[in-house]
Amino acid sequence: MNTLTPPEYLPEPPSSSPTTRHFRAEKFDFWSFFFSGLTGLATLFIIGILVTILLNIIVNGWSAISWHFVSTIPKKDFFDANTTGVLPMIVGTSFRVIVMTIFVIPVGVITAIYLTEYAANTSNVTRIIRAAVNNLAGVPSIVFGLFGLGFFINFVGKHMDALLHNPTAVWGQPALIWASLTLAVMTLPVVIVATEESLKAIPPGLREASLALGATKLETILKIVLPQALPGIMTGGILAVSRAAGEVAPILFTGVAYYMASLPQHLSDQFMDLGYHVFVLSTQSPNIEQTRPILYATVLVLLILTFALNIVAILIRARVRKKLRALG
Amino acid sequence: MAETLIPKPATSAASGAAAKTATPLIDIDKVSLYYGASKALKSISLKLEEKVVTAFIGPSGCGKSTLLRCLNRMNDLIDNVRIEGSMRIGGHNIYDPNVDVIELRKRVGMVFQKSNPFPKSIYENVAYGLRLHGVKSKADLDARIEESLTASALWDEVKDRLHSSALGLSGGQQQRLCIARAIAIKPEILLMDEPASALDPIATSRVEDLILDLKKEFTIVIVTHNMQQAARISDQTAFFYIGELVEYGATQKIFTNPAQKRTEDYVSGRFG
Amino acid sequence: MTPSEQNDSRRTSGWMGIQRGHQARPGEWLAEKFIFLVSLSAILMVLLIFLFVAREALPVFLGQTDTALVKKPIPPDDLDKLSPAKLEAYLEITPEQFAKMTKANLHDLMEMKVEEQDDVPEKFRNDPDAHINTTEWKYLVQPHQWKGYDKPEYIWQPVGEIKKFNIIPLVVGTLKVTLIGLLFAVPLAVGAAIYVSQLARPRFREFLKPAIELLSGIPSVVVGFFALLVMATVLQSLFHYQTRLNAFVAGLALGFAVIPVIFSIAEDALTSVPRTYTQAALALGASRWQTAWQIVLPAALPGVFAAAVLGFGRAIGETMIVLMVCSASVMSWSVFDSARSITTTIAAEMAEAVSGGPHYRILFMLGALLFAATFISNMIGDLVIHRFKNKLEGKK
Repeated sequence: MNTLTPPEYLPEPPSSSPTTRHFRAEKFDFWSFFFSGLTGLATLFIIGILVTILLNIIVNGWSAISWHFVSTIPKKDFFDANTTGVLPMIVGTSFRVIVMTIFVIPVGVITAIYLTEYAANTSNVTRIIRAAVNNLAGVPSIVFGLFGLGFFINFVGKHMDALLHNPTAVWGQPALIWASLTLAVMTLPVVIVATEESLKAIPPGLREASLALGATKLETILKIVLPQALPGIMTGGILAVSRAAGEVAPILFTGVAYYMASLPQHLSDQFMDLGYHVFVLSTQSPNIEQTRPILYATVLVLLILTFALNIVAILIRARVRKKLRALG
Repeated sequence: MAETLIPKPATSAASGAAAKTATPLIDIDKVSLYYGASKALKSISLKLEEKVVTAFIGPSGCGKSTLLRCLNRMNDLIDNVRIEGSMRIGGHNIYDPNVDVIELRKRVGMVFQKSNPFPKSIYENVAYGLRLHGVKSKADLDARIEESLTASALWDEVKDRLHSSALGLSGGQQQRLCIARAIAIKPEILLMDEPASALDPIATSRVEDLILDLKKEFTIVIVTHNMQQAARISDQTAFFYIGELVEYGATQKIFTNPAQKRTEDYVSGRFG
Repeated sequence: MTPSEQNDSRRTSGWMGIQRGHQARPGEWLAEKFIFLVSLSAILMVLLIFLFVAREALPVFLGQTDTALVKKPIPPDDLDKLSPAKLEAYLEITPEQFAKMTKANLHDLMEMKVEEQDDVPEKFRNDPDAHINTTEWKYLVQPHQWKGYDKPEYIWQPVGEIKKFNIIPLVVGTLKVTLIGLLFAVPLAVGAAIYVSQLARPRFREFLKPAIELLSGIPSVVVGFFALLVMATVLQSLFHYQTRLNAFVAGLALGFAVIPVIFSIAEDALTSVPRTYTQAALALGASRWQTAWQIVLPAALPGVFAAAVLGFGRAIGETMIVLMVCSASVMSWSVFDSARSITTTIAAEMAEAVSGGPHYRILFMLGALLFAATFISNMIGDLVIHRFKNKLEGKK
């Protein structure tokens, strides 16, 4: 910490004296001003869009949201503003995200550990792994949905049913587990990149110190590196969760249900989902004016879920960066 | 664990090339080191004795730190490093494929240029190495920690705040904590890579006093770019220049009556 | 030194001599192997995605799907003359099913095929369209004059008696929406990136950057909802066009979704231009804007280009926004007509497609196409960025 503040005996950096300011003073240039203003406006416009969307949803959603709304399991006709609720959707979205986390965090963290701690940066395997991670991050979410259907349901699930001699399809159909696994594949790059970033930020001196004391590589990773990287790993996890919570396309064919009378009990159950419910309410409502309040309320619930997580992740990351900078 | 690196007289008798009375503990024989294609160390031969402070001096980039890091195989961590020649500690070739690097590092401790305490408490910093090597009971840990903190002249300053973060210590204290951490596991050799270069003069002199103290128990190899420091604390000095060992001998001789012109130029401050 | 000894000590160093690590520290060795194996999962996943999306689409590529309603049945007694592969395609059964069947079963199936043809309604017998296998490449990509139309047309109409699978309207729809989105997003995002990285005060910058990146935290279904309920109405009252939900609205909404992507990458590229460049220009008396426009932007141009390419990859893969805002498949380049993108088609029609049927296969084929398109645009984007960074660092 003390290395950051310059010693007191150093002279203050010279502030611009009148003479230098005279040379630096820019002549007023209309086009410079115009174009600078234009880029400023572009920035302002983007922020404006963000604020408009958020305010629109918060203002309209807040008045429609109630304890009854978030704690009720709706009847079949969930377009009725008075009796409807979103409890099964909250539960379904949370479940699929939790199950996803259980799969994606270990795989993502271990991959990041391999890439930063073990692999030689120049080796071909590392290069291919990095290319694959990059590629995975760019695959359209609907293709993940197709993959979930083609691989998890039609291949893994069907074979499981055959092996277990299930008379009817148990695993070979859309289910919570398949939706979660599909999302885990989708968010794998998020976790890998965030973990890698936090591992790289740990000063190499700490690793050297541990190794020089006769710790093995594994001991060093488990006892020194990982505890330090924990906030970064958490950020990665939260970002993955917030990304996955709002995604609808990958679960369309892998597990989401239009309506279910009860909460999901088992990994092979289908589930209702907040994001999908927003889609259903806004496109299939018999009377959009009547559904509008519950639609706004549902969007607000979804936004609170994903946005709150996002902000938490941003805050943790900012704190960790500050702390690491102090560590030097 | 129980066996030491200190060789029996019989094994060392054969290599009596050095005109010294003590038996060489570290025997570096024609060691060359390559980073990829570039040669960083050029056929270095050197014999270091037990319980002696040896200083490696030379201008930056001369290979002194590289050679030091060979002694506990820290260079293994860098890709594309290749080593030729043999390096024996207590008669064992430490680059033999059958050598367990972990065991080697337990016996050859290291202190780094930049103090690097773990972001844990002072107590945990010292306990880390001890726990790794099987010290489990609280009483043993406490005793060993007090012992090594005392040996590194830090005990009185930190005994009341053992469980506060090590990062709260001053730079000099942090470096002494790193020394305490290294000696807690009772290595036989202590490697020091410019341990005082980041410290102010007062902290430096405390670390130097400490080194003179530790000499009684440990064989110390220290890399320094501070000539006065080398003169003050070392018994033997080796001068390196662009990957070559130019001159090696008693410190007093190197500084007062060097055999080589280059050494004289360097120690008298004409270049470097 | 003996030669063998020299051999011992001359070794490339790796981590603690893995060669014998499994003997000295089996735990450590196993852990390392395990970590390595797990890290391969990203590669495995990309391969699996490719494999399984392609697997479901394969029959289309191999010409094994057949939608013709009227076809000449093969006499059941010719059973022995056909190869197993041909039989499987003709009888529409999987190889596993085929393996389980006896000759008698197969014979029965072939007789059923003959009976099926006898049951085809009379009106189809004279309809040339009913004789066509619409999943042939010719009908997938070229216009065809169907009965009742006065000129050859591109038609995607997967339901009905004669299923038409021409993918050109979908490709056009995708490109239309994507280009509108990019035309809207690229100038805004790059402008904002220039402002944030070059012109804004540091204190502003610390707030602006995360704020813009927060936009990417809004789920696309929420953007779609906003476009559907709010934007569509506002824009219609502004521009007075006919169809309320059209490619224009979808494109703008899509633009929102890709702005943060383009912004992050462009901002990163602009910031990575060494400060010595800007300082030199400022010292020569250039204004901040002149420096940004004449020095920094040209230097960072490859990065900005890559940002646009990666934004394109993100935009063609976006599903929910377009699905919610417009989805009628009309073949039109007009901005104010509806448009249906590839992603939308897959999302909307997969549920009603019969698993394993021609429609299902073609939807997977579209998925494979999409995968290939994003794969290529990501490759180009990454390559450009990689070269750009290396050039800035002075590497070749």
